[in-house]
Amino acid sequence: MSSKQEEIITQYQQESSVQVVKTMARKKVNKGLILIESFAFLIAIIFFGIPFYFVIINSLKDSGGAAELNLSWPDNFQFLQNYQEVLTLNDGIVLRAFLNSSLITISSIIVIIFICSMAGFILSRRQGMAKKLNYVILIGLMIPPTIVPTIWLLQKIGLFKTFPGIIFLESALQFSFACLLYTAFVATIPKELDEAALMDGCGPFSLFFKIIFPLLKPVTSTVIVLSSIQIYNDFENMLYFFPGADNATVQLTLYNFTGIYGTSYHLLFADVLLISIPPLVLFIFFNKKIVDGMTAGAVKG
Amino acid sequence: MRQVKLNWLTFLVGAVLFMFLLVGCNSSEGETASGDDSGGESGSETSSGSDDGGTSDEPVELSILVSETASTPGFKKVLEGIERDLNIKTKVEVRPGGPEGENIVKTRLATGEMSDLTLFNSGSLLMALNPEKYFVNLSNEPFMDRIMDSYKPVVTSNGKLFGIPARSSQVGAWLYNKKIYKELNLEVPKTWDELMENNEKIKAAGKTAVIGTYGETWTSQLPILADYYNVQAEVPDFADSYTEGEAKYSNTPQALRGFARIQEIGERGFMNEDYTVATYDQGMKMLAEGTGAHYPMLTQVLPLIAENFGDKVNDIGAFPQPSDDPSVNGHTVWMPDAIMINKETEKLEAAKKWLEYYISEEGIAAYQEGDKSIGPFVIKGVDLPEDAYPAVKELVPYFESGNVAPALEFVSPIKGPNLPQICTSVGSGQMTAEEAAKMYDDDVKKQAKQLGLNWD
Amino acid sequence: MNNSMKKIYPLYFLIPAALIYCTFFLLPTSMAFFYGMTWWTLDDWEFIWFDNYIQFFKEPSLRIGFQNTLIYAFSTMGGKVILGLLLAVFLCSKIRNKSLLRSVVFFPALLSTIAVGFTFSAMMHPTNGLINKALGILGIEGPNWLGNPKIALLSVALTDIWKGVGIATVIFIAGIMAIPKHYYEALKIDGGNALQSFFHITLPLSRPAMNTVIILALIGGLRTFDLVWAMTGGGPGFSTDLLASIVYKQYASGFFGLATAGNVMLFVFVALVAFPIFRFLNRKEVDL
Repeated sequence: MSSKQEEIITQYQQESSVQVVKTMARKKVNKGLILIESFAFLIAIIFFGIPFYFVIINSLKDSGGAAELNLSWPDNFQFLQNYQEVLTLNDGIVLRAFLNSSLITISSIIVIIFICSMAGFILSRRQGMAKKLNYVILIGLMIPPTIVPTIWLLQKIGLFKTFPGIIFLESALQFSFACLLYTAFVATIPKELDEAALMDGCGPFSLFFKIIFPLLKPVTSTVIVLSSIQIYNDFENMLYFFPGADNATVQLTLYNFTGIYGTSYHLLFADVLLISIPPLVLFIFFNKKIVDGMTAGAVKG
Repeated sequence: MRQVKLNWLTFLVGAVLFMFLLVGCNSSEGETASGDDSGGESGSETSSGSDDGGTSDEPVELSILVSETASTPGFKKVLEGIERDLNIKTKVEVRPGGPEGENIVKTRLATGEMSDLTLFNSGSLLMALNPEKYFVNLSNEPFMDRIMDSYKPVVTSNGKLFGIPARSSQVGAWLYNKKIYKELNLEVPKTWDELMENNEKIKAAGKTAVIGTYGETWTSQLPILADYYNVQAEVPDFADSYTEGEAKYSNTPQALRGFARIQEIGERGFMNEDYTVATYDQGMKMLAEGTGAHYPMLTQVLPLIAENFGDKVNDIGAFPQPSDDPSVNGHTVWMPDAIMINKETEKLEAAKKWLEYYISEEGIAAYQEGDKSIGPFVIKGVDLPEDAYPAVKELVPYFESGNVAPALEFVSPIKGPNLPQICTSVGSGQMTAEEAAKMYDDDVKKQAKQLGLNWD
Repeated sequence: MNNSMKKIYPLYFLIPAALIYCTFFLLPTSMAFFYGMTWWTLDDWEFIWFDNYIQFFKEPSLRIGFQNTLIYAFSTMGGKVILGLLLAVFLCSKIRNKSLLRSVVFFPALLSTIAVGFTFSAMMHPTNGLINKALGILGIEGPNWLGNPKIALLSVALTDIWKGVGIATVIFIAGIMAIPKHYYEALKIDGGNALQSFFHITLPLSRPAMNTVIILALIGGLRTFDLVWAMTGGGPGFSTDLLASIVYKQYASGFFGLATAGNVMLFVFVALVAFPIFRFLNRKEVDL
């Protein structure tokens, strides 16, 4: 990498980190604010925390206690028992669903990052092209997939009920959103960088993969979090395009607890909690970066 | 910076590879595992041979797609029997019930992705699937002779038989709590007006007179569907003329009456406070614990009450939806769901043996070990067992005297899909019975068109 | 653009994306335009021109569906914009525990619609539900959130806002962080107060973020129905039916041609509502 390129990159990175430094410096303790602060904190906890507490506490009760659907402390703690029952149900269908869903989510995300970052790069640099394709891409945000023609198509190419089939399908459905984010973000990367690279004899591949792609990290984090939540939590598409007893995915497992013998709320909530762990972990990992990706991306676009 | 990027990309790729490995292992393990626990004694050594495909003691595996409500203890007992006696393993795939479930079945049939066996409604919903195209014709199978003639029409299309009954028949009745009846000195009503008088008394005593569970919309249709015995008693040719597109709900007062019943129950405030959102299991709880007196419902709810509330099921009785005339009093019968064989199955012989066993004496005995019957079986020579639920015993005289009629959906191929929502609209006072009848007629017309019936 | 630059932005970079997007999305979608004009039983079809569209407009619950869809889309969008903006301003101010609070606000967005639907239907039960019990302690008799046809749709919309406000907040935070700090400093020197800085700087300059939120929330609100389906199933009666849930029910009932026509109509409807707003917002952005 030439010195010219590095210079541009450093300058670019400094610009984007400057604000963070400034906000850190402005942090001061103001006593008057503490009251408002704690009040707001309380409100936020009530509105966003109580439903979680509700799910957690009820997942620990026995079946009768959970059916009351209240916030009281469990009379009868069944932590191990409930979670064990959920995990061992139907030969461990929940674990299997975890594996299936994770595989689909991670693979789709890789496909999405790959195709959308490349497309976003080109679309952002060639504005004329982008204008023409804008509406075609927006359509993807607007229309839900049509069920039967899609199944018919997947069958024709032999991908129905297969992992590649559902992975490509989910990628196609997430394409518009991720592509728009990437396009907007690439616009914030100075074009001079490309020119400098060109001078140094970079081809399009080395320019993109060696120089541009690493700079897309913030928006890539945003895409990872938002798209994987969508895919992981997808119920409808999995139901239609990925059927079969072995192909269980996490959202479908919820229906195991609402069958004929009435809803087993304690197990249902235990399952809700269990299947919410992976997105939670993901979020904790990428928490700070989501905002970074949006800052430069969605918002300036 | 780039170092970091590379790291987590490698991590992601690594993770995916790892997953593929796990899934790969798991699926081969999965077969072994299911062999282990459902096969009991015969299990583990069979899996090793699965690659070279078929020594004679190798169990055949059939898949069956059932709705979430069908996988009962009795059903599972039969599957155990089939595995033990026929060496056929059954892989059960559960789908949601209701419209989502129907949609899944239709989509999978049309795309050729159906399991070997299918458990689905009989009657009009089965006809909507175009059974001739997708299921194996069973007319010439000797075991079909065991099925009663009353059941055959609901699995017949163009003169060919396609399915066997998956359980016993049942009725749609007014289930009532006998303790409340005793406490308030009430008599089982013979006319609608008597029923309404009872309701007034129950309401005055501070209890819920009629349990409504519109949170699950299908439960709202019972008062109109269970009125069909009365309709057919008064208008004998209703079903045929309805199928031909001549009789309508809006131009047949006796049919319209069903909607009016729902409207009346709603308007007079007989239902529980939370009837618009209450669920099926809350409904059965109210009936079992005696906070509600009446629950218009299918008798399939009885085993669930027994399961969840034990002996309380003995406090529950059943009477037919009364008409205006005390001499017209009989039960509307629901025919059991059917089990069909998919035409494209590669294991036709095994599937036929499976069906034969299911309705054989051993099969029925195994079924009754798990589930008590909710009505008479439609298999010849199978009587109600001695220990049937009291409510089910109350049905017997009606069957013996012939005061029963199958519900409309079993004598006509057409059922409008929006009926549940129309019923909740009427019951919650958003629509009058007349408006509902008109709307339902349009709904039925749409269904007829989709079925390819020429009405215009 | 000169030739050498064109070479470095090669069109074949678009190929993988185009291949996947066209094959798996655009192609089946365009097939819908054809099947929308057929009587279709999945294995058999007959071309019937516009009969399905005529039938679709005769659907009894269609008027409710259009009305509800608009109410639902605009109320959830409004809720997300207003709450999201306020939360974002609050979370960008000088408070402590900022990142914890941000996470708390974002958490609901991580959950699946079905899980949220189950949980909130349980909490909104008129007599046993948590919300009405809490209101009862305060001496207020809570409504029948999901059972009263007049407010059921709004109850679902509230749940949707609860679930979706996290994403809106994150977008707004990003927008506010992108505002150069010297604007605020300049205003401070001129003696402006917090309210003025909100109305004169934050609000106008976070416009791009707001546009993103509006578009995403509006399109989302117009085309989704999963939360409604999980919480009320369209009931009581038809009172919470949305356009998308009507189409879904037609599918479920086996009216495939009709439902596909409905899909097309849904798309046209979304486009008719969303595109003008989209263009309007974009024009405004240029004016700034």
